Amino acid sequence: MKITVRIWRQAGPQQDGELVPYEVDGISPDMSFLEMLDILNERLILGGQEPVAFDHDCREGICGACSTVINGRPHGPEQTTTCQLHMRSFKDGDVIDVEPWRSRAFPVIKDLVVDRAALDRIVQAGGYITAPTGTAPDAHATPVPKPDADKSFENATCIGCGACVAACPNGSAMLFTSAKAAHLNSLPQGQPERDSRVLNMVAAMDDEGFGGCTNTGECVASCPKGIPFQSIVELNRDFLRAARRK
Amino acid sequence: MTLEYTTGSPIRDTAAPTGPIEERWDGRRFAAKLVNPANRRKHKVIVVGTGLAGGSAGATLAEQGYHVVQFCFQDSPRRAHSVAAQGGINAAKNYRNDGDSVRRLFYDTVKGGDFRSRESNVYRLAEISTQIIDQCVAQGVPFAREYGGLLDNRSFGGVQVSRTFYARGQTGQQLLLGAYQALSRQIDAGNVEMHARTEMLDLIVVDGRARGIVARDLVTGEVSTHLADAVVLATGGYGNVFYLSTNAKGSNASAIWRAHRRGAYLANPCFTQIHPTCIPRTGEHQGKLTLMSESLRNDGRIWVPAAKADTRPPEQIPEDERDYYLERLYPSFGNLVPRDIASRAAKNQCDEGRGVGPGGLGVYLDFRDAIARMGRAAIEEKYGNLFDMYQQITAENPYEVPMRIYPAIHYTMGGLWVDYDLQSNVPGLYVVGEANFSDHGANRLGASALMQGLADGYFVLPATLADYLARTPLEPVDPAHDAVLRSESEVAERLSRLLAVQGSRTVDSFHRELGTLLWDHCGMARTESGLRKALERIPRLREEFWREVLVPGSGEQLNQELEKANRVADFLEFAELMVLDALVREESCGGHFREESQTPDGEARRDDERFSHVSAWEYTGVGESPVLHQEELEFEYVHPVQRSYA
Repeated sequence: MKITVRIWRQAGPQQDGELVPYEVDGISPDMSFLEMLDILNERLILGGQEPVAFDHDCREGICGACSTVINGRPHGPEQTTTCQLHMRSFKDGDVIDVEPWRSRAFPVIKDLVVDRAALDRIVQAGGYITAPTGTAPDAHATPVPKPDADKSFENATCIGCGACVAACPNGSAMLFTSAKAAHLNSLPQGQPERDSRVLNMVAAMDDEGFGGCTNTGECVASCPKGIPFQSIVELNRDFLRAARRK
Repeated sequence: MTLEYTTGSPIRDTAAPTGPIEERWDGRRFAAKLVNPANRRKHKVIVVGTGLAGGSAGATLAEQGYHVVQFCFQDSPRRAHSVAAQGGINAAKNYRNDGDSVRRLFYDTVKGGDFRSRESNVYRLAEISTQIIDQCVAQGVPFAREYGGLLDNRSFGGVQVSRTFYARGQTGQQLLLGAYQALSRQIDAGNVEMHARTEMLDLIVVDGRARGIVARDLVTGEVSTHLADAVVLATGGYGNVFYLSTNAKGSNASAIWRAHRRGAYLANPCFTQIHPTCIPRTGEHQGKLTLMSESLRNDGRIWVPAAKADTRPPEQIPEDERDYYLERLYPSFGNLVPRDIASRAAKNQCDEGRGVGPGGLGVYLDFRDAIARMGRAAIEEKYGNLFDMYQQITAENPYEVPMRIYPAIHYTMGGLWVDYDLQSNVPGLYVVGEANFSDHGANRLGASALMQGLADGYFVLPATLADYLARTPLEPVDPAHDAVLRSESEVAERLSRLLAVQGSRTVDSFHRELGTLLWDHCGMARTESGLRKALERIPRLREEFWREVLVPGSGEQLNQELEKANRVADFLEFAELMVLDALVREESCGGHFREESQTPDGEARRDDERFSHVSAWEYTGVGESPVLHQEELEFEYVHPVQRSYA
């Protein structure tokens, strides 16, 4: 296959960026999207140019590092991570636009690399359980009904990539925050800090400059792990209840 | 060419307690001195790495009140590669009442490791395993549960009980999130000072003690020094030396290698694990291999066509023309033989011409019978995300056609030498998780890596490190001390050297060449002549690297090629020691099969007379003859026997 990629090049946070076209040939449909970028980068380096900077690490769809908007969609045309997107999703001769996550709360560091530390700070505001690491009760002491355990797990599968933010017209981090909250709020272990968790995480989300949620649903459509829209509904409900009880 | 090495004085684990094995850890904990809670905040501890071992260590030390300064090269501590572990975590809970016990987990691990691990360490690991599950459940880790709300279990390679706890196929992610959340809480409380996108590039040793590190901010390029009372390395394994592996692309050996260059012994570097269930590679472009969890072997049956070069699609091969070779060769463990056995059996089938798929480097992992028996829904519930992942990568539907798998480099059992306290031979330098060597021997049983990382971080290190801090007078280090300035300037000088070469070859091209060389000569099967060939080639490749590497850009910015070049330069030094270690160990052991050492029926033959020891290497200079220190292994409770899984 031969394709043209138009890639966002930006030397640093203070510099202007632009889409630069590159032609890449000899592409096999079995290659991952990032392997295609690897090939492009080797050619750029040998041609005396700077390679394209992009975040990636596990390349197994689980670490959440990869973060490119492909043809206007975070992670591209399929509901998976960029590292698990394969070139068979494209056609010979395609022109593909590649950009970094687009959100005010994710400043560009270089090319396709953005700073997502704001998501960590949301977790630091309450996305945890305060269990000390001494002697915990036996794991079977608190049974968790299977539906609750499954719901918790479903939300815990969030990989924190930030695609939800990049997809949202308002740059809201609502799906990420609601997944983190629902993971812990669905379990008996998560009940003691349930109210403060929700209030503090939502406050942190606002402080970081993420936009408000207007239930557009683009986040859910772009989430590589299928976090359900229901989580947002529950976060809103939990938030109202916690605010009333405060 | 360093074929030579010298033999130094033997070493011993002087921190290991004696007495009945089930009392050793309790005894050690009681003997360990404590630091009064009010004094803990006066102690600063550096933790490098934020995976299961580092994340749990940082969170626990901070919770106890120590001031922790922590580093990771990823943009967030949540992305450490422990996140990718799929299968599960072992614990001797015996919830199934199927004969499990601490003693049996201990026995399985020592035997599975082919009698090259330490009994005391392994017993402690088995003992702590039950506490880990309790801790993780308390943290909200959503393990798989039965209908009634209790925890579910499954079994893994090398064992005959059901002791593996799991969270669908994402156990590593869920456990890591538990540790990351605990760490996040401490970051918010101000007890942990977190440096993400920062890489350790040297160890600072002052008056014989580890007192700090040199690190580079990967965004600004700034090189800085950080001083502390102790340094904990939790930096994972070195499998990426092979280029193609199941490790994350960023996983590297720099931290342990630089510590080795500052005096820490590196133990058993040739012990690398080959994982049997990896998706076969598709071509030269491949930059990464993806694992399919070993748990699939619970229900999937492994087979190849009985006839050589049978290219019919699998569904057209009738039952009597299939060879379920693991079930045939190892009837009592069947498809659940340990990883080294399963990997080598797959390689043998392919070498003999019965491999399937493009290039013949693959065997079938077939769920047809399991789907017929349990129904598709049950299989989806257990393995759904693994099946989706397989389909995403191969464009084949594993519910309809068998998966194809082939062995790949996965985990490294070698690492920095540590004593029972997890302290290296450099006082004040602690090493936890995959970065150390002591618990898995020559082969790691599935679902034991997560167990070791968390045991070290949550439970072992906090006790033993306190003992060091309580007993050791630690004066503040002058930032202008010679040792500090020297480490910092050496790092800066090396970075500018890499940038100055401006040769004609990319970093990746060197990495690929080194990886192919190692896979061919120091991979699943090794011979003396192959290893000697590699030992001849590596120094030449290293020399060419420093003459021909092309690193664009500057050091004062985000420069991913510079990061890679720095790591590959370390791999080029490390690889030589790894091959030398393999050459010296003239026995087959675990996944490390020396062709000269096999039984008449082709099984690995260990040589306990000559090699029942740990090889701990001391650094003397690049390309110089290293010094080999041996630590004899003693087996009081599990007596070495020829491993049999028949």
